[in-house]
Amino acid sequence: MTTIAPSATRTYNLGPAELVPLGEGRRFQIGHIPVAVFRTRDGKLFATQAACPHKAGPLADGIVGAGKVICPLHAYKFDLGTGQPVGNDCKALKTYAVAVSEAGDILLSLDEQRPAPAAGET
Amino acid sequence: MADKQKLVVIGNGMAGARFVEEVLACGGRDLFDIQMFGEEPYGNYNRILLSSVVAGTHDPKDIFINPLAWYEENGVKLHAGVRVGWIDRQSKKVYAPGGVTASYDKLVIATGSTPFVPPLAGLATESGEFKPGAFVFRTLDDCDKMVRYSATARKAAVIGGGLLGLEAARGLLNRGLEVHVVHLMPYLMETQLDALAGGMLGRIMEKLGVRVYLEKATTAVLGDDRVTGLAFKDGSRLECDMVVIAAGIRPNVDLARQAALSVERGIVVHDDLSCRNDSNVHAIGECAQHRGQVYGIVAPLWEQARILADRLTGRNPRATYTGSRVSTKLKVMGVELAVMGDNDPRREDDEVVTYVEPSRGVYKKLIVREGRLAGAILLGDGLGAPALLQTFDRDAPLSEDRSGLLFPASGETRAVSVADMPEKAQVCNCNGVSKGRILEAVRAGHRTLKAVCEATRAGTGCGSCKSQVQAIVEFASDGLVADDPSVHYYVPGVPLTKPELIEAIKERGLRSVSAVFSVLADGREDPGSKAGLASLLKIIWGREYEDERDARFINDRVHANIQKDGTFSVVPRIYGGVTSPEQLRRIADVAEKHKVPMVKITGGQRIDLLGISKEKLPEVWKDLGMPSGHAYTKAFRTCKTCVGTEFCRYGVGDSTTLGVEIEKRFQGIESPHKMKLAVSGCPRNCAESTTKDLGAVAIEGGKWEVYVGGAAGSRVRKGDVLCIVDSHDAVLKYMGRFMQYYRENAKYQERTYDFVERTGINKLREVLVDDAEGVCQRLDAEVQAAVDAYKDPWQEAAKPVHPSQFLSLVASVRR
Repeated sequence: MTTIAPSATRTYNLGPAELVPLGEGRRFQIGHIPVAVFRTRDGKLFATQAACPHKAGPLADGIVGAGKVICPLHAYKFDLGTGQPVGNDCKALKTYAVAVSEAGDILLSLDEQRPAPAAGET
Repeated sequence: MADKQKLVVIGNGMAGARFVEEVLACGGRDLFDIQMFGEEPYGNYNRILLSSVVAGTHDPKDIFINPLAWYEENGVKLHAGVRVGWIDRQSKKVYAPGGVTASYDKLVIATGSTPFVPPLAGLATESGEFKPGAFVFRTLDDCDKMVRYSATARKAAVIGGGLLGLEAARGLLNRGLEVHVVHLMPYLMETQLDALAGGMLGRIMEKLGVRVYLEKATTAVLGDDRVTGLAFKDGSRLECDMVVIAAGIRPNVDLARQAALSVERGIVVHDDLSCRNDSNVHAIGECAQHRGQVYGIVAPLWEQARILADRLTGRNPRATYTGSRVSTKLKVMGVELAVMGDNDPRREDDEVVTYVEPSRGVYKKLIVREGRLAGAILLGDGLGAPALLQTFDRDAPLSEDRSGLLFPASGETRAVSVADMPEKAQVCNCNGVSKGRILEAVRAGHRTLKAVCEATRAGTGCGSCKSQVQAIVEFASDGLVADDPSVHYYVPGVPLTKPELIEAIKERGLRSVSAVFSVLADGREDPGSKAGLASLLKIIWGREYEDERDARFINDRVHANIQKDGTFSVVPRIYGGVTSPEQLRRIADVAEKHKVPMVKITGGQRIDLLGISKEKLPEVWKDLGMPSGHAYTKAFRTCKTCVGTEFCRYGVGDSTTLGVEIEKRFQGIESPHKMKLAVSGCPRNCAESTTKDLGAVAIEGGKWEVYVGGAAGSRVRKGDVLCIVDSHDAVLKYMGRFMQYYRENAKYQERTYDFVERTGINKLREVLVDDAEGVCQRLDAEVQAAVDAYKDPWQEAAKPVHPSQFLSLVASVRR
């Protein structure tokens, strides 16, 4: 399970999609990387970096709608699919590929740049 | 994508081009193949600024709104410099010279108007053209020719002392010419002004150096091969090198008439802007006649453009145009003149408020009808004009204090003239946005308050600078400021005003935010509208409201106020600010146990525990064993008190007891914005009750003054006395009534102080004290139901609505 394939991406199972209430976001952590996972009302999943590029607001706590999230701290808006800022000139969000497995689990894919993770990360 | 419809627009001026912009903004590119015909060989430009081109303050290239490339980029086929020859409604085709044809499914006629040229002997040469030196003032080419000719001219006459004539005159004066204005009527701008204002304007123009002739009919243009003078009906003559004819405009209706469309003064259109006898043909702008009115200024044109675009693209298929309230500003350097609506009383009970100061050339006149502004003339002193204009545009009730309307108090931010403000001056003190940055945004094409706020973030903090931002947008856009319909909507994502929205929600039985989006917004979920809708639905349906947690702001999902680092603040309720050693001990224990980083006394006489992580919230609440203080939401917050009769030697009323009663009764009641209260035991007012959303002040004789609409935050406002009563129960009754009325009628995020100002205290007294509308019983019952529905949200500590409600990290996996 910790074997790192030489290929560029690796997929992680974050648990059942229901962990994220419909229409909301929640924060997950993969190694050192904090990720915000959103489940829109139409059942689609999105994943972006967890901290707002403006002042590090917790994006997973934002209001979601029409494929966008509004940061709870200063209301900067971003497109969940592309990560692009909407109506502001903040930096774009990093986005991650995310899908639901047949069993209903959240599968998140990360680009693996480094060959091995440090041990003992939680 | 299904087959696109064919949309043809005749006219590429202020109305036609704006309409196409609106269509594109609604995603019309996917719905229509758009073809436009424009008589001028250009993209479209801002015709309003032509007078600035004549005056030399704007370069012609600066007044273009969309260059030719814009049309191509947006997939619009523009036939520039092509005049349409005829319309065949049978085959739905438009024909132009050179074999150009265009088929349409929908046709929009926006042919504008042409200058009216009175019959003058000697105006035309034998070939039928104007004699050299004679001009009309309508197009960029007209201006260009006029300006070039003026370089060698010395003395100019302008025929017509209306808006356009005066602007042309001022422009030519700027070019160093001696300018004479010849006007047929007894005073200038007679359609907009009254005789007094017209006379004063004449003197102001003379002072600027323009000679004004009144009641003078021009009969002939003199000169053999070029203009050398004018002859008048009274036998007199005026020597001049050039003449500009600005004697009014006539709608261009020839095409429509030849196509057998219904034409009177203009092309007759219904409220849906379709022509009387052909629903696939529409007319907007100066060529259209709606309910007997033909408009010649930009704001109504743009409203028509937006509404037609709404209808044709389906953004709002039910949109209708019901007419415009007309206002205009004279753009003549050195003259401040704004006029709106009626210039004279029309009804017997119209109230006329005037102020005249002849030596300075200041004249202000308001026509007040049924408590609203039916018209105004503001000459010579622009102070207060933007505020009045806004009141007029929105048809809002006027303040009882008429002098305050004419002379805004010096403390008001809007009274600071934005024109005089240096560009470096900071306007938005929350986001640090300067006047210069706002000007840049306007120049970059943002033409509504909303667009400018989005582009610059000005006004997106506390919002108190918005009126100033609006004034700068108006100032910078030379009257081109666009009416932003969404300011009238309750939330931006549902195109309905609050009363319309409430009606639709009740009629269709919509009990959840998602139901509102799916029924009233074509299924388009707007994140920025969710919290406002949730608030409204809760107020409308009470216990029947179908709560969807995703529609709530994070504070209302976890019942605590989010802080800059993502932690939360916990404020337990301390009724009336009266606590006990036992309570304080418990708070101290909790703070120690959970290593709370900061314990702070709040301004609302309570204690704030700051820096609590989301996970810890339920445990902290349980350990406190106190109910939520709602210090995170738009609801009744707190009721401050002074010690009152219990201990204070001056106290005349039992303020602590009343404060506790108020807080126990109204705790947690949701409202459009937060409500902070206070009770003072005597007129010394130590609890600062007069600057609270609601306040009570004890006065001698066992009575209480009930204040509403006070503020001491981003702005300071003394509340108004709603009533004076003689018991605690009566204070509770009137406060409850006001709260319910505010809950039902205020806009989302409108504080009581704005709401009270907007509604007017007299109206509030009539409705809430005199029961003039017979609603008091219902209001009392509704607020009682809200009181009965109170549930301490911190009880969710024991029973979260979702397993991950209080998790700030749901799961962590190893890499």
